[in-house]
Amino acid sequence: MAENDEPLVKIRNLHFSRGDRKIFDGVDIDIQKGRITAIMGPSGTGKTTLLKLIGGQLRPDQGTIHVDGKHVHKLSHSQLYELRKRMGMLFQSGALLTDINVYDNVAFPIREHTKLSESIIRHLVLMKLHAVGLRGARDLMPSELSGGMARRVALARAIALDPMMIMFDEPFTGQDPISMGVLVTLIRSLNDALDLTSILVSHDVQETASIADYIYVISEGKVVEHGSSETLQRSSSPWVKQFMEGLPDGPVPFHYPSLDYADDLLTGSRP
Amino acid sequence: MMDKLQQLGAATLGVIERLGRGHIFIYYAIKGFPALALRPNLVLAQVFSTGVLSLIIILVSGLFVGMVLGLQGYNTLVDFGAEESLGVMVALSLVRELGPVVTALLFAGRAGSALTAEIGLMKSTEQLSGMEMMAVDPLQRVVAPRFLAGAIAMPLLAAMFSAVGVMGGYFVGVGLLGVDEGAFWSQMQASVEIDEDIINGIIKSFAFGIVVTWIAVFEGYDCVPTSEGVSRATTRTVVHSSLAVLGLDFVLTALMFGE
Ligand SMILES: Nc1ncnc2c1ncn2[C@@H]1O[C@H](COP(=O)(O)OP(=O)(O)OP(=O)(O)O)[C@@H](O)[C@H]1O
Ligand SMILES: [Mg+2]
Repeated sequence: MAENDEPLVKIRNLHFSRGDRKIFDGVDIDIQKGRITAIMGPSGTGKTTLLKLIGGQLRPDQGTIHVDGKHVHKLSHSQLYELRKRMGMLFQSGALLTDINVYDNVAFPIREHTKLSESIIRHLVLMKLHAVGLRGARDLMPSELSGGMARRVALARAIALDPMMIMFDEPFTGQDPISMGVLVTLIRSLNDALDLTSILVSHDVQETASIADYIYVISEGKVVEHGSSETLQRSSSPWVKQFMEGLPDGPVPFHYPSLDYADDLLTGSRP
Repeated sequence: MMDKLQQLGAATLGVIERLGRGHIFIYYAIKGFPALALRPNLVLAQVFSTGVLSLIIILVSGLFVGMVLGLQGYNTLVDFGAEESLGVMVALSLVRELGPVVTALLFAGRAGSALTAEIGLMKSTEQLSGMEMMAVDPLQRVVAPRFLAGAIAMPLLAAMFSAVGVMGGYFVGVGLLGVDEGAFWSQMQASVEIDEDIINGIIKSFAFGIVVTWIAVFEGYDCVPTSEGVSRATTRTVVHSSLAVLGLDFVLTALMFGE
C-alpha cells in the first residue's frame, strides 16, 4: 500500500471535556488514506466522542481536526453537510429510523441525496443488504431486529452512498462468530475494493488486530501507544500488553474514577 | 441571600437562553421550507397525522361546545325576549373566541404532545444524530414539515370546530328549544362580518397553530434525551402552549376588537 503524504483525518492537540471530566487532553491522531485505522481503549475513554468530534457533531475545546484538508469546525453549515455526504458512520446503537422498515432505512440516504430511479435504488439497496447477509430481512421493522442484525443494517446504510471514509463504532458487538467473521472480511474488502478509509472503534482485540493496518490505543485522554498491530503486539509497555491480552490486573483501570472501594463501602450512607 | 439572588439570575439567564435557542431553531427550520416545495408529500403526511387524526376530537368537542352555547345563550337571551338572536350569539362566540382557542388547547393536547414525544424519542434513540451524520439536516427533514403542517392544520381545524359548533347550537336552539329557524340563520348572516369576525378568527387560529407547533417541535428537539426527559418535555409542551394560547388570545383580542 502506497504511503500517502497527507492523512485523510488529521487531529492535532485535541482537548475536550464533558463538564469537569477531561475526555481528551492533547491528542494527536493521523488517519491515513486507504487504510483501516483502529482506535482502541477501555470503555468510557471517549472513542465514540472522538468519532462525533470528527463528524463535527461535537466541538473541541481546543485543537484542530482536519478531514480531507478541511478544518471541520470552521466549515459553514452547508459545507459541513457536503463533507458528511462523503463520510459514513455506523453508530454504536445503530440509530436506525424506527418508523420505516429495513429496506427504506438503507434507501434513506440514497433517496435524500440522489435523484436515482426507484429501480436503481432497489438494486443498490439489495446489494448492500446482501453484503451484510440481510437481503431477506428487508421487510422487517427495526423493532423486529436483534441488536446484531440492527447493527448490520446500519452498516449497510452507512455504505449506501459509497463514502470516502467510514467510521465504525463497535461493529462487532453482538455478532455471533460467523457473522463476526463475515463482518471482518466485509470491512477489509470494502476498504480495499472501494479504496475507502476506515476508522474502526472496537474492543475485540483479536479481530481488530487482524484487519487494522494501524492502531491507536487511547486512555485517560491521551494516546498511550500507536503503531501497526504487530508493533503493538510486541510492545513492551505493560499497559498495552495488558490491554491487548485482556488481563484484569495491571496499569489499565477497569473502574470509572472513584473513591477507594473500602472507603466507599464504609461511608455508610450515600454521599 | 446572595445564593438566592444567584439562583434567580441563573434561572433567568437559562430562560432567556432557551428563548434564544428556540428562535434560532425555528429560523433554521423555516429555511428548510423552500426545499419542502419540491417534496410536498413530507408535509402532507404530517398534515394527516397532526390534522386529520385530530379531527374526531375536534368535531366532537365542537358539537358539544355549540350545544352548550345554545342552551346557555337561550336561557340568557329569553329573559330579554331576544332568543331570536341566539344564532348570532352562538356564531360570534365560536368564530371569534371559542373556535380558535378551544381548538388550539385541544390541538396542544392531541397533536402537540405527540409531536414532542415523537421528536424527543428520535433524539434519545440517536435517530436525529444519525440523520445529521447522513448529511440530512433534521431541522429541515423532520422539524420543518411538522411545523408547516401544524400551521396549516390548525386554522382548518378551528374552522371545522366553529362550523360544527354552529350546527350544535342550531340543534339545541331550533330543534329543542323552538327558536325560529328563519330568524336564527338570517340574523346570523346579517351580523357576522367576513373581515371583522371570520378573518380575525382565522388570523387567531393561524397564530395559535404556529405557537403551539413551535413549542411542540422545540420541546422535542431540545429535550434531555432520556425517558424522563421526553416525558417532562411532553408535559411542558401542553402546559406552555396552553398558557401561550390563552395569553396570546388576550393580546390579539385587545388588538382586534379593542377600541
Ligand atoms: N452526553 C454526555 N454527557 C455527559 N457525559 C457524557 C456524554 N456522553 C458520554 N459522556 C462521558 O464521556 C465519556 C466518554 O464516552 P464515550 O461514549 O465516548 O466512551 P467510549 O469510549 O465510546 O466507551 P464504550 O467503549 O463503552 O462505547 C464517558 O466517560 C461518559 O461518561
Ligand atoms: Mg462508544
